[in-house]
Amino acid sequence: MLVSNFRRKEAIPNHFILILFALLAVLPILVLFFNSIKPFSEFGLNPLGPPSEVRLQNFPDAWIAGEYTKIFFNSSKLVFGSVILCLAVSLLAGFSLAKLNPKGSTVIAIYLLVGISIPAQLYILPLFLLWKELSLLNTHIGLIIIYSALNAPFATFLIRSYMIRLPDELFDAAKLDGANTFQIFFRIALPLSWPVILTAGLIIGLAVWNEFLFALTFITDPNFKPMATILFSFQARFENNYALQSAAAIMMVAPIAILFMLFQRRFISGLTSGGLKE
Amino acid sequence: MNFLSNKSYIAWYFVIPVVFIHLFVIGIPSILSLALCLTDWSGLGKINYVGFENFIELFDDRYFKKAIFHNILWTIIFLTVPVCIALMCAYLLTGIKRGQMFYRLAFFFPYMLASVVNCQIWKYLFHPIHGLGGFFESIGIEALASSPFTTKDTSLYAAAFVDGWHFWGFLVVIYLTGMYQVDNHLYEAADIEGASKFQKFRYITLPMIRPIFIFSLMIIIIWSVPVFDYVYILTGGGPAYSSEVVANYLYTHAFVRFNVGYASAVGTLMFFYVIFIVGIFGLLRRLGWEI
Repeated sequence: MLVSNFRRKEAIPNHFILILFALLAVLPILVLFFNSIKPFSEFGLNPLGPPSEVRLQNFPDAWIAGEYTKIFFNSSKLVFGSVILCLAVSLLAGFSLAKLNPKGSTVIAIYLLVGISIPAQLYILPLFLLWKELSLLNTHIGLIIIYSALNAPFATFLIRSYMIRLPDELFDAAKLDGANTFQIFFRIALPLSWPVILTAGLIIGLAVWNEFLFALTFITDPNFKPMATILFSFQARFENNYALQSAAAIMMVAPIAILFMLFQRRFISGLTSGGLKE
Repeated sequence: MNFLSNKSYIAWYFVIPVVFIHLFVIGIPSILSLALCLTDWSGLGKINYVGFENFIELFDDRYFKKAIFHNILWTIIFLTVPVCIALMCAYLLTGIKRGQMFYRLAFFFPYMLASVVNCQIWKYLFHPIHGLGGFFESIGIEALASSPFTTKDTSLYAAAFVDGWHFWGFLVVIYLTGMYQVDNHLYEAADIEGASKFQKFRYITLPMIRPIFIFSLMIIIIWSVPVFDYVYILTGGGPAYSSEVVANYLYTHAFVRFNVGYASAVGTLMFFYVIFIVGIFGLLRRLGWEI
């Protein structure tokens, strides 16, 4: 670790600058939170500050107005479906690329790397027409397949870089005992990889929960829409009811905030791992 | 490592699912798009080959040229403002032990939030009546007294600001990781020589984190190409195309006018531009730039 490269008395102006930026990052979110528990009538006089009277009723109001029982279910379905499907294919591929080294594996790695950098706008329209042809528009399974494909390259590389560090002796020993490749995968590689499974699952889940472009394009039936696009139409529907709007937004933030508090390091290392790969 | 290399076809079974799903969703539609950009297809009926007509038409369209210009501006803004702020904050953070985790979490949290939520927050804050409009007016910044999202001169910058606000914490964490890998003896030696804080940053930190720094510039350039959410939600490309970007332009042609050939031409240009950028960085690495 780095020993401080600043003298102690210099640390105070440093803190001052850093606090300014931390406030810039956090205060807007705090305002959103205040507004979500503020009575509607208070917005005129006190648009930014903490509420003088806490009104938790905003949440049930928004929940009912936006039919959030259904919407939460839609988003959860998308998140869990995508996490499971994406993890399944990525774990298999990551294991193979890390430990089995199939001939031509570099071709696959390059294909997936190019796949990461293709802008979605290149393929979204043909994909839309294909999904129309297959009757997958306005279905959750259709979107789950898309989200799995979008996140699979990232997850595969993350899993590969973890599994490559698992000691080969374990696998060789299992092989000597007569285990086949599938048994080695399920009995040895998977149980040893739970940390990376958790990290990848959290990152995929976050990406799906927040995703906007594909949700907007592939789900137009309000009954099937997830949180992101519902919140978008909610903002237009209740344009001036900021109490309701903010409560709806906080309902979308809350699960992320809770998970972030529990798994900060995993989120940060997982999300930045793409930027740090050599 | 090759403990099963004698049965390498089994290794392929493990890779097939990911390749299949990726080809199905991204690979094949991409290839279709690269082919359809030479046609005038509208999504229904006959497909006519028209050569490069779509591209000729594109470069005749002043709204498309405007959108490209805005994407270039967007790239330049993101290559400077968030990068400088993130470098500074990361550098200051290396000198702090107490409370460092708090700062890191605070900076990073907006990066976790959905674009819809971030846009809602800033739409409210920039609202002329409820938000900071009155405050800006009272301190004499008339430009922000009305919502910058609905003003022609500011709409693009306002959308970029919100996107940047959500993004810069990500850069802080990346730079910080790089800065912690710098050998501490270098700083100690510099202290003995009496180097200032800025000199240490300029002559030790910056050269030592160069690989990560250059990489961050590359992903900023690449990520500035498909920018969509923040523009679509905050301004819709308006008012009067003042914040139109290429992705939004494509979206309108693809899903409002169902101009498949034309939209594919836009997508094709975006794709080749990204490949070109990745190629340049790859070439620089080959030439021994250590990036």
